[in-house]
Amino acid sequence: MTMTILRDGALVQDDWTLVEDGRTDIELAGGKVIVTLARWRTEGKALAASHEAVGVLVPNTADIEAVYPEISDRKLIALQFPVFTDGRALSQAVVLRKRLGFKGELRAIGDVIQDLVFWLGRCGFDSIVPRQDQNLEACRAALDELTVAYQATADEHTPVWVRRRARAAVH
Amino acid sequence: MYRYDETDRALVMQRVEQFRDQTRRYLAGELTEEEFRHLRLRNGLYQQRFAPMLRISVPYGLLESAQLRKMAHIVRKYDKGYGHFTTRQNIQLNWPKLEQVPDLLGELAQVQLHGIQACGNDTRNITGDYLAGVAADEQIDPRPYCELLRQYITLHPEFYWLPRKFKFGFTGAAVDRAATRTNDVAVHVVRREDGAIGYRFFVGGGLGRQPMLGQETNAFVPESDLLRYACAILRTFNRFGRRDNIHKARIKIVLREWGYERFRATIEEEYAKIKAGIEGEELLLLPQDIERVRAHFPAPAYRPAAEITADVAALAARDAAFAAWMKRNVRAHKVPGYRVVFVSLKAPDHVPGDCTAEQFEALAEICDAYSFGELRSTYDQNLVLADVAERDLQEVWRKLDAMKLATPNIGLITDIVCCPGLDFCGLANAGSIGVAQDIYRRFDTLDAQYEVGAIRITISGCMNGCGHHSVGHIGILGVDKHGEEWYQVTLGGSAGNDAAVGERIGRALARDEIAEGVERLIRAYLELRCDEDETFIECYRRVGMAPFKARLYGTESEAAAA
Repeated sequence: MTMTILRDGALVQDDWTLVEDGRTDIELAGGKVIVTLARWRTEGKALAASHEAVGVLVPNTADIEAVYPEISDRKLIALQFPVFTDGRALSQAVVLRKRLGFKGELRAIGDVIQDLVFWLGRCGFDSIVPRQDQNLEACRAALDELTVAYQATADEHTPVWVRRRARAAVH
Repeated sequence: MYRYDETDRALVMQRVEQFRDQTRRYLAGELTEEEFRHLRLRNGLYQQRFAPMLRISVPYGLLESAQLRKMAHIVRKYDKGYGHFTTRQNIQLNWPKLEQVPDLLGELAQVQLHGIQACGNDTRNITGDYLAGVAADEQIDPRPYCELLRQYITLHPEFYWLPRKFKFGFTGAAVDRAATRTNDVAVHVVRREDGAIGYRFFVGGGLGRQPMLGQETNAFVPESDLLRYACAILRTFNRFGRRDNIHKARIKIVLREWGYERFRATIEEEYAKIKAGIEGEELLLLPQDIERVRAHFPAPAYRPAAEITADVAALAARDAAFAAWMKRNVRAHKVPGYRVVFVSLKAPDHVPGDCTAEQFEALAEICDAYSFGELRSTYDQNLVLADVAERDLQEVWRKLDAMKLATPNIGLITDIVCCPGLDFCGLANAGSIGVAQDIYRRFDTLDAQYEVGAIRITISGCMNGCGHHSVGHIGILGVDKHGEEWYQVTLGGSAGNDAAVGERIGRALARDEIAEGVERLIRAYLELRCDEDETFIECYRRVGMAPFKARLYGTESEAAAA
């Protein structure tokens, strides 16, 4: 069964399958799968050979800079929100986008409620899997909950001090 | 005073609508209690014993008359006619109704007030020196830097879901009037010998359980790098702060578990990486960025001293009550002809820090007429009129006195710092307001207060320490023992430049012993001090705990047992 997720601001059918550790009967053999970092380290080569694409799920306790050389060529990196109040993966996401220059799909999974979506979008997640009970249309709308921001993170915003600098230069 | 532009206004208004929708979904059963809890806390709304409490941020303690008038209206319309100033210079309402809070926040937004990040595991309202811009000992006015950082940390997506609350405190003066090192981060704005401005950062302070003072992680971060360094600290905390135990989730615990060297090195390494990358460019403040914000805090249009000086001493000589107020509640100002006036929120039989609608209105009028329309809130739960001309002092005194705002007790024993305690707070284990009032009554006469001199008594109704008990000269912590209220006493704490965490004296005192216990400690001090100039804290530091302990518990053997 495919799931509906948010990608690039739109609700779409997911074409990736998350394969949890311990599961050997990888369905959709040949398709796109997301495996844990631990599994990627041990079975990465074989999986890559037998699948269209392999994404990697990185624990939110990992040092993303240290891990990145192993996964920098992946089309998808998934980060975890065990509870929506645990913001560790937000820092991982910003570092991935701004410091490490990751350009692939950056996915948020876990306890993703509507009220986390806006912050995910601003931190560079372009792929968001809302918790199953969430109202998907409301989640999509939440990406634009606030249209102004003071800081630049990993989205299109320019820091407010830079905007004011530019405005002062024009006047 | 910082003035909002269209960005600031839009942000606060959109935030109100965001919260209105969250409240609607909660009331409709679409958000769970736990989910909504985290959302409402980030808008200042806390569940207390009897009703929600709404905490309103007062950025670095600056208020203006329009905000005071709005507060008068708000406390009448949504509350029971009064608000409460806290030790973080904020205002709390004790009785708002949840359904009305979105409208309340909408009204506050009209005057640049809000509850954004006033509670919750996020970056909290910044506190600052209440004498910024007028203190003679000030090197650099910290307000523009406070404002720049305020904007940076407001709704910062990366740092919106931190392990625990996170607080910044600022000063730019020689005397620390903002208890900065009790914050997670203390920023001291300094000028180096070569004239360059920068920041001395202390990280890892915090009250509550295991109170600690911040440790210096960098002695001079350049002026341009305020946000870069703040980002490095916040990212370190977001990554490494513990999330498995709420009591160990503050950054001070990271410092304690890692040790100073690793802690400092980790922050410095992140700072270096930020500087070297794209983020470093974005976070770099140019001189014009700082100047633009500095222009929001101009010196008021002071008049020449010749026009406004008065023979205050002569007036005081004719009026003892005015003289007492001049002596205790009025301080020097860096501009000739002006004085700093403290407004005491510690009148007899009043809850420390409370302010009624009528007092908010009177203060609005007074600051409009006599202090350039501005008012400041202090770390000690009092208020300050920062720019009063000498010739207006007597009139200001009369008007304050008429509103019970001129009790001449600033810095004295009845100027007690006190959290709301068990009377209001859902976290409290014991009452604090009643204890403050009992102590107050024992020293109510001015002669008794003057005899005791400068002292700071601080009372918290629980370990969380909102009443800053661990940094009081005499600190009192309410604890619950089998359903009874008991009080642990600490001595020797300080929140100033000589910041120190107080030491526990011995066994806790019962509710009916605590005021008597404080009186015994004061009598001990009066006997022990070498002369009238030696303050309580100086005396304690000289003689140590033992003589105080012996006198508190009566007999040597009881003291030994305690």
